[in-house]
Amino acid sequence: MAHSHKAKHYTGLMDWLTTVDHKKIGILYLVAGGLFFLMGGIEAILIRIQLMYPDNHIFIGDTFNALTTMHGTTMIFFAAMPMIFAFMNAVVPLQIGARDVAFPFVNALGFWLFFLGGVMLNVSWFLGGAPAAGWTAYAPLSGIVDSTIKYHGVDFYVVGLQIAGLGTLIGGINFLVTIINMRAPGMTYMRMPLFTWTAFITSALILFAFPAITVGLVELMFDRLFGGAFFEVSKGGNPVLWEHLFWIFGHPEVYILILPAFGIISEIVSTFSKKRLFGYSSMVFATALIGFLGFMVWVHHMFTTGIGPVGNAIFAVATMAIAIPTGVKIFNWLFTLWGGQITFSTANIFATAFIPTFVMGGTTGVMLAVPAADFQYHDTYFVVAHFHYVIVGGLVLGLFAGMYYWWPKMFGRMLNETLGKIHFWTFFIGFHLTFFPQHFLGLMGMPRRVFTYQPGVGLEEGNFISTIGAFLMGIGTIVFLINVIATSRLPQNAPADPWDGRTLEWAIPSPPPEYNFKQTPLVRGLDPLWKEKMAGNKEMTPAEPIGSIHMPSPSILPLIFSIGFFIAGFGFMYHTYSVAIIGLLIMLLSMFLRSVFDDHGYHIEPEELNDKGVKA
Amino acid sequence: MNRWQNLWRYIPLFGLMMLLLTGCGDDTISALKPRGPVARDQLFLMKLSLGIMILVVIVVFAIYIYVLVRFRKKKGDKDIIPKQVEGSHTLEIIWTVVPIILLLILAVPTVSYTVKLAENHSQDKDAIHVKVTAHQFWWQFEYPDLGIATAQDLVIPTNKKIAFELTSADVVHSFWIPSLGGKQDTNVGMTNTFYLEADEVDTFKGKCAELCGASHALMDFKVVSKSEADFNKWVDKMKAPAVVPADAKNGEQIFKENCLSCHAVNAQGLGFGPNLNGFASRELVAGILPHNDESIRQWVKDPQSVKPGNKMPQIPLKDDQINDVIKYLNSLK
Repeated sequence: MAHSHKAKHYTGLMDWLTTVDHKKIGILYLVAGGLFFLMGGIEAILIRIQLMYPDNHIFIGDTFNALTTMHGTTMIFFAAMPMIFAFMNAVVPLQIGARDVAFPFVNALGFWLFFLGGVMLNVSWFLGGAPAAGWTAYAPLSGIVDSTIKYHGVDFYVVGLQIAGLGTLIGGINFLVTIINMRAPGMTYMRMPLFTWTAFITSALILFAFPAITVGLVELMFDRLFGGAFFEVSKGGNPVLWEHLFWIFGHPEVYILILPAFGIISEIVSTFSKKRLFGYSSMVFATALIGFLGFMVWVHHMFTTGIGPVGNAIFAVATMAIAIPTGVKIFNWLFTLWGGQITFSTANIFATAFIPTFVMGGTTGVMLAVPAADFQYHDTYFVVAHFHYVIVGGLVLGLFAGMYYWWPKMFGRMLNETLGKIHFWTFFIGFHLTFFPQHFLGLMGMPRRVFTYQPGVGLEEGNFISTIGAFLMGIGTIVFLINVIATSRLPQNAPADPWDGRTLEWAIPSPPPEYNFKQTPLVRGLDPLWKEKMAGNKEMTPAEPIGSIHMPSPSILPLIFSIGFFIAGFGFMYHTYSVAIIGLLIMLLSMFLRSVFDDHGYHIEPEELNDKGVKA
Repeated sequence: MNRWQNLWRYIPLFGLMMLLLTGCGDDTISALKPRGPVARDQLFLMKLSLGIMILVVIVVFAIYIYVLVRFRKKKGDKDIIPKQVEGSHTLEIIWTVVPIILLLILAVPTVSYTVKLAENHSQDKDAIHVKVTAHQFWWQFEYPDLGIATAQDLVIPTNKKIAFELTSADVVHSFWIPSLGGKQDTNVGMTNTFYLEADEVDTFKGKCAELCGASHALMDFKVVSKSEADFNKWVDKMKAPAVVPADAKNGEQIFKENCLSCHAVNAQGLGFGPNLNGFASRELVAGILPHNDESIRQWVKDPQSVKPGNKMPQIPLKDDQINDVIKYLNSLK
């Protein structure tokens, strides 16, 4: 580039607010997601305290409904999604041998939109009350506007989720482009690590699923804020339309969450049994098939809506079909472990515990696919137990496994293994205590989202055990936090390759330099680092000579743009259009500045590359 | 490495918990204790799917435990590099085909029962037809063929198909009587149909299963199944005009002035609030409180304290006026 700008360098807080480095954005996602995870966790514990005994009067009525709504919405959109994006950011570019994602600026924009969307949803607690129509926000309940205009509730949900959803959508597009275009020489599709594959499929699912919920949210916003009638029967609308839009998004969302967890498990199980992934091609194919079928099954959330037996039967069989590729994955993991030399680091304990737990969640999933039986399960604690087995027992165990595994790569420090094992056992036992009894509670007649239950019909014991389990999970999470804080005081001395890894991220220092790879590596097969190690090489073979490295400039514009959006959202919510216009102007100004000022980034010259053991 | 053996200690605990919990469940509200043919069919499907799934779980857990015990790195083991296996076509075909077969075994009854339980009895002359309208937070039951409307207590004859037409007046609710069968949503502006049947004379518990607002948890109802003769007696009684005893006349007057605009007290009346014809014979007050004078007083004095968010206004009645109203309500047998 002939006219390179001078490198801008910020330090301290400004560094984090302006960064476009995928590794730092990954950490931002992790921290923000972690904070929202704690919020959602506290809400969960309050829910369980209310349900510990029958006829409790601590959180009743809409207070309780607000807790369940915020717990669900926060955990799905603002804890699970950002954690997924944290790992995608931290790991995918490294695994494919890239120096950054395809659109670093857009990457930062995606983060800040998500973050401010989450902040918007959560400030509702202080601005008249949180939404209380359930995380599914079924119309017409979600369309009821408080006549005193003091309680905005669901407005925060529709506006906050639109802002955050936009961030997620552009994040997904960014990773699609990155994985398609930025792979190192030799990194063919069928040599990509499985985590990258799952990130790829998940990004594709985001691309197709998020527009559906966005349409639903826009329509609900019109109904609530601008006198629309999409879901209002008396004006010719139809509330069942919302259910379809929500679940056309909602079911793929489940796979958006769980597929990357499958990827994490695949990496860890393979590394710690010192074997290549058994049946790699069928794993890739199963992932794609799950992603595809995930769009064909949304009506199984609506068996009781009144779709009729033909629709119900078709969607039932389609749902059962998903069990087949999922089963393929389970057996492939088991046979990856088979014949290996398995070491149980905390990461691998979480990963191996994932397998049976997820199988239990999957089997109840097949049971739920039987429509006539689902009439009994639907909207009861049986369903609550099922999706927590899948999302906590599947996704969260997978995320914790990923944290212990990639923590040294992200932060340059190892997490403490002893604390890690305490964390695992409290969390794992707590999890089963919490959710296993809930299967029976549901079958014994306890609907979900109830703030109380009557004594004397056999629901007391199960609920009590469940609450104790929730406390144990809370303790496990606190142990993890202690682990994080304690180890952050230790020196940054993690080795480049602490686990005898197989993929490219372990070929560079921990944490990697901002340009990741001094020289783009040449990939010669699946598990490229392992392949080089087996060939007796200490590092990857470079695919290019040492040269100057083109880097993107940091920018504050993504944050400013998102703040503009945030302000505009509040303006619309309170019908204060002057504020809305100010917000929109801030957005337009940011877009204008971004468009007219060409920023070609800067170059790191070969002599500036600090040679602290940078391999490849 | 005793860690994995430790895990075994928890398995009996879970087993015990499972036994404890499956044994329980009240026979007027548990899906595990079916009291009618629909619920029985559904329990059969649950058992069938659970059986197939337990088979899968056993196979997976057996391989899992074997693998973790057999292939873990033991103390003193030398570092080795295991054989890097690419995969196995035979194995992969097995674990693709066997699940397909298992799912086909499940899919056949799934489809046949889905069709069977969706039989439409809305034109069936032998069935009892009930139109259910869900309100925040109470249930309205109309018997169009019999010319009766009531609320909160659904009275049905045993061993007869009850053909329901379900709809809602405000938001989505879901109509669920676990002992008799699964649920069906009540949608605004739409009508869903399904049927249930009770084997024996008993009183079952009904629930709203879809989040419908602040008092969703309290939107309960009762299902009273009666022998055919008793059911017919009930129908006649509901149709006969109520005889108001002399000491309740005062209360009747207060009721007419303050309550009648929402609450009908005749055989067929529908209103903004539940029809109170036959109120004195109902199981509960407001669907949630035990049926006694104290409960009625509590409800009339401050409805919001019982069911937050419900639509009954606080009527400014004096204590002795409330006593008169209670006397009148108790006469509506």
